[in-house]
Formats: sequence, C-alpha cells, structure tokens
Amino acid sequence: MELTLWTYEGPPHVGAMRIAASMEGVHYVLHAPQGDTYADLLFTMIERRDRRPPVTYTTFQARDLGGDTAELVKRSIAEAVERFQPQALLVGESCTAELIQDQPGALAQGMGYGDLPIVNLELPAYSKKENWGAGETFYQLVRGLLKGQIPAPGSPRPDPGRWRSEGRRPRLNLLGPSLLGFRCRDDVTEVTRLLASVGVDVAVVAPLGATPADLLRLPEADANVCLYPEVADATCSWLDRQFGMACLRTVPIGIGATVAFLNEVVELLGLDPARLPQPDRSRLPWYSRSVDSTYLTGKRVFIFADATHAIAAARIASQELGFEVVGLGSYSREQARAVRAAAAELGLEALISDDYLAVEAAMAAAAPELVLGTQMERHSAKRLGVPCAVISSPLHVQDVPARYAPQMGWEGANVIFDSWVHPLMMGLEEHLIGMFRHDFEFVDGHMSHRGETAASAPEAPVSGVWTADGEAELKKVPFFVRGKVRRNAETYANERGIGAITAEVMFDAKAHFSR
Amino acid sequence: MEVLKESGQREVFCGLTSIVWLHRRMPDAFFLVVGSRTCAHLIQSAAGVMIFAEPRFGTAILGERDLAGLADANAELDRLVTDLLARRPEIRTLFLVGSCPSEVIKLDLAKAAERLNERLVGRVRVVNYSGSGIETTFTQGEDQALTALVPLLPAGDQRQLLLVGTLADAVEDRFLTLFERLGVGPVLSLPPRRSTELPPVGPGTQALLCQPFLGSTARALQARGVTLLPAPYPLGVEGSRRWFETAAAAFGIDPAHTAAVLDPLVARGQAAVAPHRRQLEGKRLFLLPDSQMEPALARFLHRECGMELVEVGTPYLDRTLQQPELDLLPPGTALSEGQHLERQLERVRAARPDLVVCGMGLANPLEAEGIATKWSIELVFSPIHGCDQAGDLAELFARPLRRRASLAFA
Repeated sequence: MELTLWTYEGPPHVGAMRIAASMEGVHYVLHAPQGDTYADLLFTMIERRDRRPPVTYTTFQARDLGGDTAELVKRSIAEAVERFQPQALLVGESCTAELIQDQPGALAQGMGYGDLPIVNLELPAYSKKENWGAGETFYQLVRGLLKGQIPAPGSPRPDPGRWRSEGRRPRLNLLGPSLLGFRCRDDVTEVTRLLASVGVDVAVVAPLGATPADLLRLPEADANVCLYPEVADATCSWLDRQFGMACLRTVPIGIGATVAFLNEVVELLGLDPARLPQPDRSRLPWYSRSVDSTYLTGKRVFIFADATHAIAAARIASQELGFEVVGLGSYSREQARAVRAAAAELGLEALISDDYLAVEAAMAAAAPELVLGTQMERHSAKRLGVPCAVISSPLHVQDVPARYAPQMGWEGANVIFDSWVHPLMMGLEEHLIGMFRHDFEFVDGHMSHRGETAASAPEAPVSGVWTADGEAELKKVPFFVRGKVRRNAETYANERGIGAITAEVMFDAKAHFSR
Repeated sequence: MEVLKESGQREVFCGLTSIVWLHRRMPDAFFLVVGSRTCAHLIQSAAGVMIFAEPRFGTAILGERDLAGLADANAELDRLVTDLLARRPEIRTLFLVGSCPSEVIKLDLAKAAERLNERLVGRVRVVNYSGSGIETTFTQGEDQALTALVPLLPAGDQRQLLLVGTLADAVEDRFLTLFERLGVGPVLSLPPRRSTELPPVGPGTQALLCQPFLGSTARALQARGVTLLPAPYPLGVEGSRRWFETAAAAFGIDPAHTAAVLDPLVARGQAAVAPHRRQLEGKRLFLLPDSQMEPALARFLHRECGMELVEVGTPYLDRTLQQPELDLLPPGTALSEGQHLERQLERVRAARPDLVVCGMGLANPLEAEGIATKWSIELVFSPIHGCDQAGDLAELFARPLRRRASLAFA
C-alpha cells in the first residue's frame, strides 16, 4: 500500500484507452464499474477530441456481483460489436474487474465472431501503470494481427537496403505516437518532413491515426522508427525478433539527436550521405550562439519528465543551450536505466520516482533558475517561484496548442528554444537592468511610458534588521527585482549571524549570490 | 409521472468525486481513499487541476501484496495512516473512504476505523464510508460521508434548524443572515466548517436539505428523532423562496413577516434572471444524468427561464426527496432514471435540443455534432444556491448559447 496524492500516470487500462482512441476502427470493451468512465474526459477535454474514445464500459454495480457479471460482459461485447462494427476488438478489465476474474477476453473469444480479431488484454492494475499499459496494448494488438504473417524460423532478415533492388523509394514506420503523448501530432508531421528531406517515405504511423489494416502492412516497411520508447519499445523489439525489421532508436529531439537520427537513417537504408542536410535548417544553433544568449550560460536547470523527454532535454540543455543541468529524473521506471546513464554523463544521480513531493523537494534543493518538467513540476515550480516550461506528459489542455509546435526535428528545436528561453528574462533586458538601476526611471512610480504614476505594489515592510544606509541602497534596486535582492541579503545575513544589514552587507550578499 | 428506467453504460462519476468539494468544506479533515491507482487518477482528473502542494485527500493504493493477504493490508493501512497523521498534525478527522476494489476484496474499513480510533482517541477521529462506483454515483458520495457522521452527532434537545448538505461558505453566511432576519434559529449546519464542531441533534431538530441527493443522510437523521422539512431545493428564486418559507412556517413565523423579508430578495432575484430568460426562453433542454440535481434544475429552467424540457435524466430518483420538485414540473415531463449511454445519445441526436447539460466526457463530442452543452460539473462546484445566486445560475446556462451566437468565422 502506498500513499499517493497526485499521480504522474493513470492505471494501465488508461494506457490501453490511449491506443484504442489513437486508432481508427478499433473498439475497446472494458469490464469496469461506474466511475471509470472519468477517463473519457482526458481525451475530450485535454485533447479536445471531437468524439468519445471508442470504449464501452460494462458498468457493473454491487448488485450485479451476486449475479452473473459474465453475462453483462457478453451483452456489452455484443452491443459494441453490433453498434461500432470494429475491425479489431480489444477486451480487458480495470482494477476492480481484475479482482472478480470474469476473464472477459476469453468470453469474447468464445462468442463466435470468426474473422474479427480479438485481443485479450491482461494489464495487471496493481503493479503496472499507464505507459506500460499503452506499450503492452500496442504490442498485443500488433502481435495479434501479425501473428499469421511471421516468417518461418531461420528465414533471412530482410535487407533494409532492398528498396533499391525493388525499384522504389525507401520507407519507414513511425511507431509510438499516441493521444495524451507530448506533441505527438506535430512530431509526426515534422519527422515525416525530415525523412522526406533525405528521400525517405513514411509507410505506417501507429498507433496515432492507424487502422488495424495499416498494422497488417507494418512488415512492408524497410525498418521501424521507435519514436516514443514508452509506447513502442516492446512492439519494435518484437518486430525485430520475429520479422527481422531493423529499428532506429535515436529520438530526434534537439539538433544533435536530429543529426544523429538522419545519419542512422542514411546509413541503415544505404542512402547517399551527400543528401544529409546541414543543422542550420534550424535557427537554434545560431540563436544559441548569438550574443543575447550569453546570459543563458550556466543557468541552473532542473529536469523531470518521462524518460524520452527527460533524456532529450538534458542533452539539449547541456550541449545546445549551455545550461547547467542540476537535476535530472523521470517517473518512467521502465526506462530508468537510460535516464540513469544520461544523468551519470552529467555527473548527477538520476531521481527515479513517482512521488511528486520527493521531486519538489529535489527541485528546491537543487535551487534551479529554470525547471523543465510535466504539469506537476509546473505547479511545484510556481510554488517555488521558479520559471518552468512543460516538456512532457502528464498534460494539461494548454499543452495541446492550436499552433504547430513539434518537439522533434529542426522545427522542434526552434520551438524548444523559444519555449524554454521565454520564461527567463531576456538577456539584453537583464543586462540593462543592471546598468541602469540607478536611473530615476526605475524608481517606483515611473514605470509607464505614458508618464502616469503606476500604483506601486504593496510590499512587505523591510524587516527591522536593515540599517538606514542598507535600506537606502535597497530602495535604489529596481522594484521588480528588489524582493529577490532583499531575500538574498536577509538569507545571507541570517546564515552568517549578521544582525544589521548595511549597504555593505547587501553588496556582500549580491557578490555571494551572483556567479 | 412516468419514468423511463434504463441500465447499461453510465457516463457518471463515482462517489469518490464528492471529496473534491467535501474537503474544502472541512479544512481540518483528510479524506483517505483506500483503493487503486484508478481512484487516485479519477479524483485528480475530476478536480481538473493539481494546484495544491499537499491536498487534504489522497489514495492509499492497494498493491499486489495487499491483495494477497488482508492481514497485511490492515497493518499497511495502519502504518500509512500513522505516517500521514504525523506529517499532518492539523488533521482532526480522518475519513477512510472505501472504493470499488476495497469493497470487492472486503477490506473492512469500519473495523479499521474502530481500531485506529482506539489508538488515536482524543487526537483524531476516524470515520469510514464508501464512495465506491459499484454502490454510489457522484453526489451520493457526500450522502454517504454525511450518513457516517450522523451517529457521531451529540444528542441535543434544543429547538433548532439544521441545514444539511455542503454549501459554499459565502452562501451559507448569506443564508444565516436571512434566517436571522426571518427570526428562525438557532441554525446549524451538517457538515460543519470545522469537522470537530458537530451539531447536536434530537427531537427538537428540524432539518432542511440544501441538496436533493442526501436521502440516506435524511433517513439517518430521522432515526435520531429529527424532523425533515420537505421543500423544493434552494435553486432559483422560486425554489429558494419556498425553501425559506418552509423553515419559517415550521418555526411559526408570521407569514406577513416572512413575505416582508423575502419579497425584496425575490424581486431582485427575478430582475437578475430576466436578461438570461430572454436568452433561454423557448429553448429546448436535455439534462443527462449526473448529480440528482436535475429535477430541481429543470424546474428552475422551465418555470423561471421558460425553457422546454425534452428529457430530464437523473442517475437515481429518490421519490421521497424529489417529490416537492416533481410536483412543480409540467405534466408529462419525460423523466429518465439510470442510463444506457448510447440509447440516450440517440435520443439526444434525434431531438436536436438547443442545450444539453452533461459531463465533461460528452461535452466536446456533442459540441462537435453541433449541439450546445453546459458542463454539469460546474453546478456542484459553483455557488448557485439562493435567490441572490439565481441570476448567476441562469447565466451558467445562457452563456453557451450567448457564446455560440457571438462567434462568427465567415
């Protein structure tokens, strides 16, 4: 038994819903009590979906438990198949139904639907979580649909360069994008463009937007791209083992990773390396080198996200933006090893936890100037007064923007530069504030260019330990950074047992806190 | 009145969701759900935001070990409660809330509460109830929580009015002022603002329900000798007026005095509703089952806002508690109880109503089909009770229509 207040991931059947809702022509019959339908709103509210997820809940009640809940399951399956005419049916149970052991999957298999592929999902609700459920569901669905096509043991692995002899363009599958994943919709578009730029087509994108018929075409591609390991890792490994399909595992988030990804594509498919585009397709490298970005140097950044986005963010922050990564972690236990390795490269110990309070404590201890995290970290950072950019699920409605905002590829790097840097004060601005802080324009009440007197914000009275000259010096600090200067000086004085904060103490504190 | 009873898939929250407003009412109480990750995820998703550093609710998530041995589960629960209370010394009442999985494995939370009470006597009171989806729908969670408090209420013979059901603090303050003006008192509330200040009850107590979904609480109070005052619920001007009048009459207040107090409020409330009535009048309304407040809302929207009622769905129809509302609905109103989601949506599509009141899972899909919706969840989170709020209540329904009328993309 563990106490949970807020949770990063839902139960595994919500992961299964993400697969079903991402696809077309799939229906999911979920043996579950009333109340579990709450999960619909994740899709209709956060993703603003224009239709309910394709899920039929059996909605059993206490009074059904004495009777025949299995009958209820069969009735629900029959109604769902009749009404929705799916091309593939997922059947599973939520946490409560798992306890009553009606085995809905087996019941469905026995209902005589003949050609309708039925996938029995057994997702242990008391030990696993949402992302695992999504990965397992995608794997079971692909396996269930493709098991008839598995080549005989000992068959040679197909050559990823066979497109040349077959007289066609090379093609790859993009596996892993799903609803409630971070910016998947736009990442698919961006990666498709990226591949087109080196003459590669996309065969199947799955699960997002795919039909069961599309999944049957997976082996026709020359290789797979594992875009989101949380969802696609098991499927890619299985396709590799059973169909000999090579898998590209570099996730193209950031300039370095995008370049590496394209290199792998070119090498694997035997393309002409001369076709490789230059990294200046993105503005990030120049923006990062430009003088205004000097102030980004060594900014302390705390990162906590799903494994894919955490690892990518750590690399971009340290190598492409010149930040100092002061904390790195993830709630993805399944991918913990990769996160630990990424942290070790930066001389850090990874925080692998799904306790958001432990994450907040680590965040506070690391004293970052910027937090890159999930919606949970956004709230924690707000409490700590630290700017934050959201880089990963769990999502809020604002993380599904109307505009094109991928994370992957060249444009993804542009988006990342803007969305990580904008929460910080602009470089030149920060500089000017330092230069002109003694000018009268920065004195309270002279902020508006229209010459009006701005109402000064109520400010807590300066605490008694300030001397007159200290207070006078403090007043010269622009009001919008004065609170921070005051806090720093008081902290500094407290830590050293200094009773009176003079102007000298304030400058000492300033020297101490500035790096 | 004919009622269509349906069973099948329900698109309704379970009783755990009530915790979202109950914990705000009693800031010295903690609600500990004993359940699964699904329970935790449900409350978090229904609450919509995760803004509290440490909320006063949480979930003790059962793991495989707890399922394997109930003895261990009990020991684990005790350990977890001890840790929690050590970290939250301000907590005075701990609600152990049963869930679907805890009910199915028959984890005896009543016994756990008894055990913990012995250990924590004098410091924290432990109360248990079930908010499980196999037994409760959405607002029934509050009914179960209050029912669990009834045996703990001290006995008291004084003549008093007891308001039953959570109100927004500001609304409650307003109501107390009005009862004072009417000359009705003393007035106490269940749940109280502080979980330790439980109101005494006895044969002198007359209870007025603020919400129509408190049937089990009402029966438990009656068993303690409390008299229930049947009235329409204080939604809209008319419901609020009759609600106050019922209390005043029970306390023997001169009707002329009652009218003198209420008339100005009624006039002001009607004036506040009037502009929204212009928006809503003649529009056709379909209420999907959600909170059991649907009959009262239908009564308000029909009688005070001039809407036509296509169908009034409710997850459960408590005849006793709803009779004062049913009496005010127009004859032949199509009432439905329970839900078969797909069939009900077929009726919605066939009727093409001007406004559908529904949960968040259905709102965008219906909007995408061209049907205007109002999220029902706002009706349990917003202060909507009383004459003074009638304008705001009408506005909640008028806004989606006004918004649709104001948007143009061509």
